[in-house]
Amino acid sequence: MTLIFKPAETYRDDFSFRNSPAAIARFPFPFPEDAYMYSVNIEPAVSRDPGSVFEHSFDVDEHYLSEMAERARVLERDPERCLVMPHMAQAAWDLLEMLMEHLAGDYPQHFLLERNGTAWRWQNLAMGIDQSFTFGDADSLPCEPLEYITRQMQGDFALLDQRDGDLFMDAGMVTCPADWSLRFDAGMSFKQWHSPVPMANQMGIFERALKFLLNIQVGHPVRRLNWTLTINPRLDTSPETFHEWGSDRGSVTPDNVGSLVHLRVELQHMARLPRSNAVLFSIRTYLISMEELVSNPAWGRRLHRVLRDLPDAIADYKGMTRYRQTLVDWLRQFDPEA
Amino acid sequence: MSALDARVGETRLITPVIREVSLMPVNGTLPAFSAGSHVQLHLPNGKRNAYSLLSDPGDTSHYRIAVRQQAQSRGGSRYVHEQLQTGDQLKISSPANLFPLHSTARLHVLIAAGIGITPFLAYCTELLRRGAAFELHYAYRAGLSDAYVEVLREQLGEHLHLYESSARRLDLGQLLGHRPLGTHVYACGPQSLLDALREQSLALGWPAARVHWEAFAAPEPGVPFVVELARSGRQVAVGAEQSLLEALESAGVELPNLCRGGVCGQCRTPYLKGDVEHRDLFLAHEERASSLMPCVSRGCGSPILLDI
Ligand code: FES
Repeated sequence: MTLIFKPAETYRDDFSFRNSPAAIARFPFPFPEDAYMYSVNIEPAVSRDPGSVFEHSFDVDEHYLSEMAERARVLERDPERCLVMPHMAQAAWDLLEMLMEHLAGDYPQHFLLERNGTAWRWQNLAMGIDQSFTFGDADSLPCEPLEYITRQMQGDFALLDQRDGDLFMDAGMVTCPADWSLRFDAGMSFKQWHSPVPMANQMGIFERALKFLLNIQVGHPVRRLNWTLTINPRLDTSPETFHEWGSDRGSVTPDNVGSLVHLRVELQHMARLPRSNAVLFSIRTYLISMEELVSNPAWGRRLHRVLRDLPDAIADYKGMTRYRQTLVDWLRQFDPEA
Repeated sequence: MSALDARVGETRLITPVIREVSLMPVNGTLPAFSAGSHVQLHLPNGKRNAYSLLSDPGDTSHYRIAVRQQAQSRGGSRYVHEQLQTGDQLKISSPANLFPLHSTARLHVLIAAGIGITPFLAYCTELLRRGAAFELHYAYRAGLSDAYVEVLREQLGEHLHLYESSARRLDLGQLLGHRPLGTHVYACGPQSLLDALREQSLALGWPAARVHWEAFAAPEPGVPFVVELARSGRQVAVGAEQSLLEALESAGVELPNLCRGGVCGQCRTPYLKGDVEHRDLFLAHEERASSLMPCVSRGCGSPILLDI
């Protein structure tokens, strides 16, 4: 499949973001059944279904340039969305190496990497970047290595340090979070930053998930899907900017629900970083409006059933309580048996 | 488990009982690794042993390991010493780390005895690179287990403290006393050293989270025995020189595993009945009634019925 980048679209103000039919066709619809229950649903991150978001470890799509422009805009207003604690410097290089290797290997028409010992040359043809630098020498790059490479890759990135039998969020680039903040979670352990998820704690899910993550081995990454809903195609729904988007939830009406409400799916990818022994937790976010989503009749029908039957605690946690009924009412027309 | 192809590079005897082996990529480079990592060597005789990587973690052009000839060898270390040749091709596992450096430690105190020096060679390279505060305390026997003493002297200078067994005793109590907050201690060597460390650090009030060790529990031989697999009814015979894990692997039954030495917990397998000689360092007493670690543990009486 040839990858063509769409001209710049926005994730704020006039919200000009739209999916092409091809992007809709490859949207990672996250519900395998008509009912939803929280589960860990982790699988090995092996390449599957050419053309799908599961083909490559780090998926680049038609929104690449728009998303990178959005990241630059967020960082301009709030540079603290990128953070690297001093003991994570090596993990940052690990991430740079992993992303450059994958991008150059998976999208050779857009990214090129030449290596001669520690003398590296990186070309990002899509963004017009040609950078020679010394691997391991932060001064040879225009900015810190984690920031450098994540300004060129879609999705958020958290680097977790493994110590004391736990994982600590000690570095990352987070500009498109589903209502969480790197600044608030920085330095926290796995259990601390997961504590708000309802029902899952009691089920021992996090104990098991932590054990699993601690055991991820080099060369054996894993992935899972997570989802929520977002009003408008807004990538930056972080607590820091809550005042800008929190009230959007009250603006949903039967007339605008189809274009305003978006399903937000996170493709989470977890991998062991070889040099630092840190764990990479990357979150690639996909947005699709309800109108776009129901162009696939099976999806419209299933989403209606899932949202209709969702336990209230989870609906609350996902922040959809105010407009849930409006949305379910609208979706019912796509569920012929309802 | 994905395995990598490697070619044996230079091998050299560095003491009468320790052989160093370098492993080269068959094509391209090997994966980078973190200090404290090990790889499993898949030997042509069916044995798979785990060895610490001692080379520079940043160097992906080759790995180096050091293998001590074990008196009680089941054929792994003996094969490396007597048969492995430069140019041989074999499979190795991807590096995995069960003994990592603690990233926020202020001072690293490393304690090695004999062949237990191997993970610390990679540690020292890494700590020097980081400019971190550390000390290496190395106990050895001159002319037998004194591998790398000269190299370390040159490389480490003041960081190095040597304890030649006939001349100077390594006193753990003294070594662990009056250490600043934020000090982490790491040890690698025989079980007696690790037991002493556990005891002394406890007595001196060290929090367990600041005490780390790498156990060297290579599986030991025993008497042959037979296991039965409950799901398929198959019988698998385990030879005297084989571990149960190796016997299962040669019968086509792959189980997850990392350390192959009874410490990581990966190979835990449920069993329904039979007499087990538990040789691992992982399972709690009450867990042993229904689980065993096939990488080290063996049958010792009535036949074992594995719940797989
Ligand atoms: S493989 Fe580690 S305990 Fe058996």
